[in-house]
Amino acid sequence: MTTTAELMDYAEVVERYDPVLGLEVHVELSTNTKMFCGCPNSFGGDPNTHVCPVCLGLPGALPVVNGTAVESAIRIGLALNCDIAEWCRFARKNYFYPDMPKNFQTSQYDEPIAFDGYIDVVLDDGEVVRVDIERAHMEEDTGKSLHVGGATGRIHGAEHSLLDYNRAGVPLIEIVTKPITGMGERAPEVARAYVTALRDLLRAMDVSDVRMDQGSLRCDANVSLMPKGASEFGTRTETKNVNSLRSVERAVRHEMTRHAAILADGGSIKQETRHFQEADGTTAAGRTKETAEDYRYFPEPDLVPIAPTREWVEQLRATIPEMPWERRKRIQDDWNLTDEELRDLVNTGAIDLVAATVDAGATQADARSWWVQYLNQQATSRETELADLAITPAQVARVIELVGSGELTNKLARQVVDGVLDGEGDPDQVIEKRGLKVVSDDSALLAAVDEALAAQPDVADKIRGGKVQAAGAIVGAVMKATKGQADAARVRELILERVGA
Amino acid sequence: MSDLTRLTAAELADKIHTGEVSAAETTQAHLDRIAAVDGDVHAFLHVDAEGALEAARAVDADIAAGTAPASPLAGVPLALKDVLTTKGVPTTCGSKTLEGWLPPYDATVTRRLREAGVPILGKTNMDEFAMGSSTENSAYGPTRNPWDLGRIPGGSGGGSSASLAAYEAPLAIGTDTGGSIRQPAAVTATVGVKPTYGGVSRYGLVAFSSSLDQAGPCGRTVLDAALLHEVIAGHDPMDATSVDAPVPAVVDAARQGARGDLSGVKVGVVREFSGEGYQGGVLRSFETAVAQLKELGAEVVEVSCPNFTYALPAYYLIAPSECSSNLARFDAMRYGLRVADDGSHSAEEVMSLTREEGFGAEVKRRVMLGTYALSSGYYDAYYGSAQKVRTLITRDFAAAFEQVDVLVSPTTPVTPFKLGEKVDDPLAMYLNDICSIPANLAGNAAMSVPSGLSEEDGLPVGLQIMAPALADDRLYRVGAAYEAARGPVLDKLGELEASK
Ligand SMILES: [Zn+2]
Repeated sequence: MTTTAELMDYAEVVERYDPVLGLEVHVELSTNTKMFCGCPNSFGGDPNTHVCPVCLGLPGALPVVNGTAVESAIRIGLALNCDIAEWCRFARKNYFYPDMPKNFQTSQYDEPIAFDGYIDVVLDDGEVVRVDIERAHMEEDTGKSLHVGGATGRIHGAEHSLLDYNRAGVPLIEIVTKPITGMGERAPEVARAYVTALRDLLRAMDVSDVRMDQGSLRCDANVSLMPKGASEFGTRTETKNVNSLRSVERAVRHEMTRHAAILADGGSIKQETRHFQEADGTTAAGRTKETAEDYRYFPEPDLVPIAPTREWVEQLRATIPEMPWERRKRIQDDWNLTDEELRDLVNTGAIDLVAATVDAGATQADARSWWVQYLNQQATSRETELADLAITPAQVARVIELVGSGELTNKLARQVVDGVLDGEGDPDQVIEKRGLKVVSDDSALLAAVDEALAAQPDVADKIRGGKVQAAGAIVGAVMKATKGQADAARVRELILERVGA
Repeated sequence: MSDLTRLTAAELADKIHTGEVSAAETTQAHLDRIAAVDGDVHAFLHVDAEGALEAARAVDADIAAGTAPASPLAGVPLALKDVLTTKGVPTTCGSKTLEGWLPPYDATVTRRLREAGVPILGKTNMDEFAMGSSTENSAYGPTRNPWDLGRIPGGSGGGSSASLAAYEAPLAIGTDTGGSIRQPAAVTATVGVKPTYGGVSRYGLVAFSSSLDQAGPCGRTVLDAALLHEVIAGHDPMDATSVDAPVPAVVDAARQGARGDLSGVKVGVVREFSGEGYQGGVLRSFETAVAQLKELGAEVVEVSCPNFTYALPAYYLIAPSECSSNLARFDAMRYGLRVADDGSHSAEEVMSLTREEGFGAEVKRRVMLGTYALSSGYYDAYYGSAQKVRTLITRDFAAAFEQVDVLVSPTTPVTPFKLGEKVDDPLAMYLNDICSIPANLAGNAAMSVPSGLSEEDGLPVGLQIMAPALADDRLYRVGAAYEAARGPVLDKLGELEASK
């Protein structure tokens, strides 16, 4: 009776049902080498060029654990307030798939390296939600299949498939939440905020590129509904292929409305994997299996157990940076920012840049103004990220200094910044090359002022008559005559002096 | 037959290094012997005459230039079990699924042999993926025992042991998961050693059961095995299970043992390895061996290892479980056999049809056993219980080695049986490894050394010596002392029919 196209209105969904979320995030670590061999761990590359007997699963080849990956796993676990296992092992997850060279994935099963943690997630309105972490464990990535021919781009119906094992064996950390309950209508927002918080945290820790578009951060969203007030979870679906933060929110919301429509109609949810479809924000059923997959996990006999000493764990704990949201809170207090000002900083990704500019000698108000406004506009028009602009915080601080000392007007300062962004050198070099000097010689300025007053005698009369604000027109004329290289404040003073107002 | 093929590896090394004979003529003599007898014995799946001679000539060039030999075995040729990868040289593991595969890399054992200047004559026959006790499970036909061409040479490393007994090679490499070095050594009257687990790198050893597999040396004398042991053993960063400890001084131990004094050595006789299922001649040979150990000055006591009784069933859960996963990679996608690749079958069907075509009956049997033992709902009862038994066996060994320095038993309960006699009775076949399996499960070191011929059938019997992990040197001391006291056994083997 019910078709997947039918969705329940969201307001009705949250009135009638309680959503339960479970989020599984896979993070590719940015180690130099792969998880179990010495091949480079780098995105892209010609197919099958970053491979060796180990990551190709050739007969006889054996894995050796990448110590840096273990270190990153422990640090991530600590940042997520997890317990770190005193002793744990890898396990083999057995299933056949062409992009998996050994037909088993070396993973962790019932002995994860990190478990029982939490992360505090700040929602848009400032509300803090604690998400409990079930576990974080280490595993290896698979290769990639490219299915050629057929309608769907999936293996089913393809004419042939190409396999690229460059990604096979790349270190992954899988972070699994405990069921997230009680979020009501905010569940989709919580899902996005959680993944955002993880991304910010992992970026601050410098353990991963965390690029959802490149797959170095991937999120599978488990969603189920239960009738309002019930305590037994409903049947869940797992949505994969969620490739952006926004998609996380959309996917959860879509599944909630889809489940609700089916349940309200007396139907039941099929436990299945679904694929998020970016184009229309819906999900589609994956290939269903007749029987549940039995992965026949058992401890990986080719690897020895990992037993991180407590001393090592404590050393690693000392390397965990301040949590991004804690840092934001501290900066808001230190800089005395309104929530809106803080949000502008966060949304433009300017916090680190502003802080560095302040460190280079600027006031935070000036630094903030430059980065959030003019430079942010420049980033947008140049189609790049703020942090990728070709100007350093020190250079911005220098420009601010020159404005403060009156050597540059704001207008000139923007021209200097443009020059830096265009690769013409540092601010002083740009000033030199473009001849952008404030005209501070009063005699030269007075000549211009006199000329402007003579040209507009009616305005001069108004000023004399006490209408001081009318001076703006003369200031404009002088600035135009000096090609903007005059200090507007000084020009105003000279005008008032001249007319004797 | 050339005299060179009758010499021990130690003797050959001496002659080569003093310039009395060249490595090239030594290698050629063995290649000639292979050409003469291997049609009957079928110890080799692939002979690499060019590669072996090239390696031999390099040793000769070194010696001519006055450079010190690369190792004490430089120039002495060797037969390599076909389960270890050899770059550019076929490596089949006795399976149709790897027919024609040319590995792009050398196993660590292979690399160490090359670096030691050991010419590799070729790759020896074996039960498919090392699963079997007779080489009858080879996809390329069985190897025959030089003592009686109608009988099995043991397995899985029957090719390696037969190549020694047929004087086709003075040295060989085997691998031992449940007895695949020791049982073939016993039934061919040669010496075979399973070193401590992790003592020899497994990198490039195509896995059957990762937690049990161990490569080791095979020779006609204990000293030859010791010389080879020191070439191949040692820590390997490419194998996470490799032991990072000094290699036991096995050559010194063999030389010390050969002086014939075992006073101060305590030897334990394992009570559980006798009785029903043991051939009378095997037990009497064993009793004679124990008496000889006493005469050499050893103190002999009986010890009980009650859990050894459960070793065989535990092994037949653990090894198949690991093999079901290890052999999953043979799926036609990247190398080896591919069938049904006509565009009408899905990738899954190609995988499935290739595995059906490429694997023999015994491999399929074990893959199915292991798949079942690991499946959800059965894991605890089968794989889990087997691992507990493994712990108990390790404890039995630990308790025994608190009382004694080494343990002894027959290597196999019976002398070599006839080809075809047990192929249809897997359980009877599995019983061949009843004495050898405990050392694999516990990971400690064990050796088989010839202990004469059984009185009923005149066929070889082996004495098994077991030592604690990392105490491989004890095997060589006791083995060499016993070998010297008992006298040669292989000399009683007449010339093969074909080469008379
Ligand atoms: Zn690799």
